[in-house]
Amino acid sequence: MKPPPFSYHDPRSVDDAVSLLSTLENTKVLAGGQSLMPMLNMRYVMPDHIVDLNKIEDLSYIKKDNGALEIGAMTRQKNLEFSEIVKENCPIMHEALQWVGHRQTRNRGTLGGSLAHLDPAAEMPAICAISDATVRVRGPSGEREIPFASFPAGYMTPSVEIDEIVTSVRIPCWKKGHGFAFVEFARRHGDFAIVSSGALLELDAEGRVERAAVTVGGVGAAPLRVPEIEEAISGQVGSEDVFKEACEVCREIEAMGDVYASTEYRQHLAAVMSRRALVKAYERALRGDC
Amino acid sequence: MGETRNISVTINGKTYQEEVEVRFHLADFIRQQLGLTGTHLGCEHGVCGACTILLNGESARSCLLLAVQADGQEILTIEGIAPSEKELHPLQEAFRDNHGLQCGFCTPGMLTTLLEFLKDNPDPTEEEVRIAISGNLCRCTGYQGIVAAALDAAERLRNKSGHL
Repeated sequence: MKPPPFSYHDPRSVDDAVSLLSTLENTKVLAGGQSLMPMLNMRYVMPDHIVDLNKIEDLSYIKKDNGALEIGAMTRQKNLEFSEIVKENCPIMHEALQWVGHRQTRNRGTLGGSLAHLDPAAEMPAICAISDATVRVRGPSGEREIPFASFPAGYMTPSVEIDEIVTSVRIPCWKKGHGFAFVEFARRHGDFAIVSSGALLELDAEGRVERAAVTVGGVGAAPLRVPEIEEAISGQVGSEDVFKEACEVCREIEAMGDVYASTEYRQHLAAVMSRRALVKAYERALRGDC
Repeated sequence: MGETRNISVTINGKTYQEEVEVRFHLADFIRQQLGLTGTHLGCEHGVCGACTILLNGESARSCLLLAVQADGQEILTIEGIAPSEKELHPLQEAFRDNHGLQCGFCTPGMLTTLLEFLKDNPDPTEEEVRIAISGNLCRCTGYQGIVAAALDAAERLRNKSGHL
């Protein structure tokens, strides 16, 4: 298992990277390498050119700006995991990162790489889905913004053109004291989730759900928001029963089936995991400690 | 041979100037070109953790890095862990004393992974150790001895602070 021969390019700026992508044929962009390198080693991909983004320093940052986190595409998962800004403003991302691979892979893996790879079970795309994130990409004709809802074009296919790269992600923060939870079912810690679920909640003074967002990952071709749950619980005082009933709708989601888990099992897990996420998020929202 | 580049990389304190094929992953470079065969290669697609090295002090899977990406960087492999030819690192001693290895194939990856983990987390719980080594596969020990060794090593290192 060795990578096939390719030409290697390590540009120092986004402009240089984009110009390489728009002039070279059959090119793959290398970010943290935690997905592309296995694919190269196994020769699932046979590019003629690799454009390595690791030397582009200004793609790595975490900032808070106007109620949202601005995160550079080459920011490593480890830096997000240990970032106080992330923990304070987007605690669900911090929680989800505990489930992303292992320390050895988080040390290298990047946010932008995870989004561009777009594995249906990956945690960072789920965080973008639940947060209504905006992905910024740059190509030869300049920059454009893609709302995450229209970012996945299909299974493991982002709506990023062949001569574009992901440069940053904007993640709107929820109100201080909101409830959050990210839960996952996998056979072994760090494995890809069979099903994951995230929940964000804002409550009014009486404990009624004022605002809700729920996602399930590993079920559809990309992480899914479940608007039926969000609508069903809106205005309700939370309880195990309320959430359980609302989450039953997951049994009707068109789910993938594979050697690890059948369609029915994924639907079942989606109902269970989304309920667990909501219960946990609701308890935290009542405490208002995040 | 395909496209090559000249790189300079410091491994276990020694700087190597080498011409390397750009498609070579770092583990093959370390093993085949430099002859440092302590770093083991199991799966070569980022699952088994045997090839874990420390890149600028941070654990990484060397099968998932290109050798050219190590240009100008500092790497620590299993060969560089012991303080001298005659002395083992406390983590190595703890593995020996707790039956933390049988065939030894996974051991280099276990040790490099735990070296970083114990530096960040000098007094871990058993659960934390199990999560820390969740990216390293061992097919001999059932992990029990490895977990015991890691907890023992943590204590040894706490009593001998500054050794990491």
